[in-house]
Amino acid sequence: MCRLLHLFSLALVLTPAPLLALEFNMPSGVTDTSQSVFNLHMTIFYICLAIAVVVFGVMFWSIFHHRRSRGAKAAQFHGSVVVEIIWTIIPFLILVAIAIPATTTLSDMYDASESDVDIQVTGHQWKWHYKYIGEDVDFFSILNTSREEIENRKKKNPNYLLEVDNALVVPTNKKIRFLFTSNDVIHAWWVPDLAIKKDAIPGFINESWTRIKEPGLYRGQCAELCGKHHAFMPIEVKAVPEASYLAWLEDQKAAKLAEAASAEQDWSMDQLMTAGATVYEKNCAVCHQADGSGVAGAFPALNGSAIVQGDKAGHLDIVVNGKLAKGMPAFGEQLSAVDIAAVITYERNSWDNQTGDHVSPAEVQTLMDKQ
Amino acid sequence: MSAHAETAHHGPASGISRWILTTNHKDIGTMYLVFSLLMLFVGGSMAFVIRAELFQPGLQMVMPEFFNQMTTMHGLIMVFGAVMPAFVGLANWQIPLMIGAPDMALPRLNNLSFWILPFAFAMLLSTLLMPGGAPDFGWTFYAPLSTTYAPPSVTFFIFAIHMMGISSILGAINVVVTIFNMRAPGMKLMDMPLFVWTWLITAFLLIAVMPVLAAVVTMMLMDVHFGTSFFNAAGGGDPVLFQHVFWFFAHPEVYIMVLPAFGVISQIVPTFARKPLFGYHSMVYATAAIAVMSFIVWAHHMFTVGMPLAGELFFMYTTMLIAVPTGVKVFNWISTMFRGSMTFETPMLFAIAFIVLFTIGGLSGLMLAIAPADFQYHDTYFVVAHFHYVLVPGSVFGIIAGVYYWLPKWCGKMYDEKLGQWHFWLSFIGVNLTFFPMHFVGLAGMPRRIPDYALQFADFNMITSIGAFLFGTTQLLFVYILIKTVRSGKPAEQLPWDGAQGLEWSVPTPAPYHTFSTPPVVGDK
Repeated sequence: MCRLLHLFSLALVLTPAPLLALEFNMPSGVTDTSQSVFNLHMTIFYICLAIAVVVFGVMFWSIFHHRRSRGAKAAQFHGSVVVEIIWTIIPFLILVAIAIPATTTLSDMYDASESDVDIQVTGHQWKWHYKYIGEDVDFFSILNTSREEIENRKKKNPNYLLEVDNALVVPTNKKIRFLFTSNDVIHAWWVPDLAIKKDAIPGFINESWTRIKEPGLYRGQCAELCGKHHAFMPIEVKAVPEASYLAWLEDQKAAKLAEAASAEQDWSMDQLMTAGATVYEKNCAVCHQADGSGVAGAFPALNGSAIVQGDKAGHLDIVVNGKLAKGMPAFGEQLSAVDIAAVITYERNSWDNQTGDHVSPAEVQTLMDKQ
Repeated sequence: MSAHAETAHHGPASGISRWILTTNHKDIGTMYLVFSLLMLFVGGSMAFVIRAELFQPGLQMVMPEFFNQMTTMHGLIMVFGAVMPAFVGLANWQIPLMIGAPDMALPRLNNLSFWILPFAFAMLLSTLLMPGGAPDFGWTFYAPLSTTYAPPSVTFFIFAIHMMGISSILGAINVVVTIFNMRAPGMKLMDMPLFVWTWLITAFLLIAVMPVLAAVVTMMLMDVHFGTSFFNAAGGGDPVLFQHVFWFFAHPEVYIMVLPAFGVISQIVPTFARKPLFGYHSMVYATAAIAVMSFIVWAHHMFTVGMPLAGELFFMYTTMLIAVPTGVKVFNWISTMFRGSMTFETPMLFAIAFIVLFTIGGLSGLMLAIAPADFQYHDTYFVVAHFHYVLVPGSVFGIIAGVYYWLPKWCGKMYDEKLGQWHFWLSFIGVNLTFFPMHFVGLAGMPRRIPDYALQFADFNMITSIGAFLFGTTQLLFVYILIKTVRSGKPAEQLPWDGAQGLEWSVPTPAPYHTFSTPPVVGDK
């Protein structure tokens, strides 16, 4: 029995490497925390395996030897206090042995103090918003996989459903603290390589931290059911050396200034329609559909809609302020004046909606400033 | 023992009114079992839709919003419509027979408990046809997805849950009253068969937690329609409060769905090992310990909501402790088999598969208890694999084992052993093919409740889907076996299993409409 166990555990010790390659197992990740979580996982797994081997071993041995077809006569014993005490105490001791390293790891994961970078992560249906606290940099991160791939009209790329337009960029070897919250329902931010999974809860803030050792691109996705597009809000974390991170931050700030300036320019109808199509696809098509037909009973059609074809002010109002009770977010908080102007122009001049209206970014900016 | 001639005067009414008006525990037990079998197929067909969509990456069969309705309804129907009523059906048939009582203590209440269910489930299923669709927020219906962001049908869902809760509470009260008051003279509590014991404990759990479920859905109703803010932070409430109250119900609920199966297995293993159950007393204490502990572990379902460290540690330790009494039960079953004289008829096969596969589910549960590792497992297919291992080859195999075991006594006919063995092996292969690969995709990073997934999960998902189709189709064979047994099975003997002990085997075969009109005498002879 002992030799058998030895052989078995040897076989298992040899297996993890190929198992990892085939994605059978949890990734060991790129932080000290994720490594210790992985070690805990493997320890408890081996303990469970050993228990299973012993328990099922005795069981199958009995099944084989104590069959009536082999002439087994039933014994009539039906209890033993000593045995019962032994198999209560041994599992208890095993549990204590697991609880000790688990407690250490957990306490460490809970210590988010003395961070170098603070990032606020806000879940939205169905995208992530990242805000670098103290840096005046913030942006949305939205699924970048095309509808064609999802609807099987185009070959799926290797990062199918795990790619976003704007990755979260962070420096390596710095303690990064995340603050999680949500704008609507509960989401959960999960990147397996960092061993972080934390719920983003509307009205509350959760925290978590990481210190990434290796530069690289780490992918994850929302882990808490958050509505119909729960499967389509991935996460990309791009870890870069500190110098590149600082350069990237400067680029972001410059881009933000340029965007603010562009709101004051005159935008032609064509420019607005082109920009609007992109904004629409990213933010609106998920509910109102790419052809503006909506979903009966849940999301109203925009094609032929009274609001879209009616007064401009009404259309602006619902896009900027939303209608929360019906699940329409207030896009004034999410999009720039240019984007809102573009998307409204696009909606008012697409499909069967041919109002010919042109909404300028300046108009939108005025309205947003008033509120 | 009542003679057959005597019972003929009090036989069942004829026609449909027999089933509508009956207060007979055997009729009601049969109705519960047939109802749960029907619901197994309704919930199973939803699983078919889910697995068909997940057969390949990309969206092929259904839209994400309908997919979410399917996962939600599948969970609700399997939990409240298939597993729970099946155990109540077994309780109705077996508890009076096993304790030597002529019927349940409250027969009219018994009729009411059953007849609430078809209406509750008709209402729940009707939401599929409503504008905005059926509930789509998962069977755990976390707020605010299930309140502010819910489809209009949520109100009907709440009403249906209330009805199911009333039915369960009434059924549980009936079980408790029957066991405490109607045992045969001389039968002490510690003489009761384990199935009766596990059901007694389950009934207490039901009475304790179904009102909590009623409370949480009522709070939802208030939030949705009456402007309160229990679960809305903007109004001073807390979405996490929902999860605490829900899991305070739902953790004991998972034991409600498995303790009676422990009871069934504890009847079957001694019969086919021809040896008394090892450690009867410790089995009873372990069951009671599991039930008590089920009240102090609920937040292990919520390790990622951001509880304080002390809270995480408390729930991690208590959850790990549950492994101790659960282990005792498994060790006792195996010791019962040890040095027995075993045969492997269909009920025993299902019972052995129960022990093995439930233990696998228990071990993955132990892994999930480790909070830091749970951050990686939480809300992935690893969890889906875990709870399906304890619910399908756990609860459902326990129910099927019980049905095969007692069927000869119920209908007086023997099922076809060869077909039974086929049913077992196909189910066993199907269930493992379905749920084992889920461990791997979960560890590799696939979240649960998604209609479409990244390409690295494709192979295992295809295997899972094939397994699910096999397992689901196999259950049609079960229906065929049942019909064939009732219609044309060979007459069963008075004692169909030579190792079986207990009062239920002392009545004639088939069990007459009224049994134990004169109580049997047990105990000190």
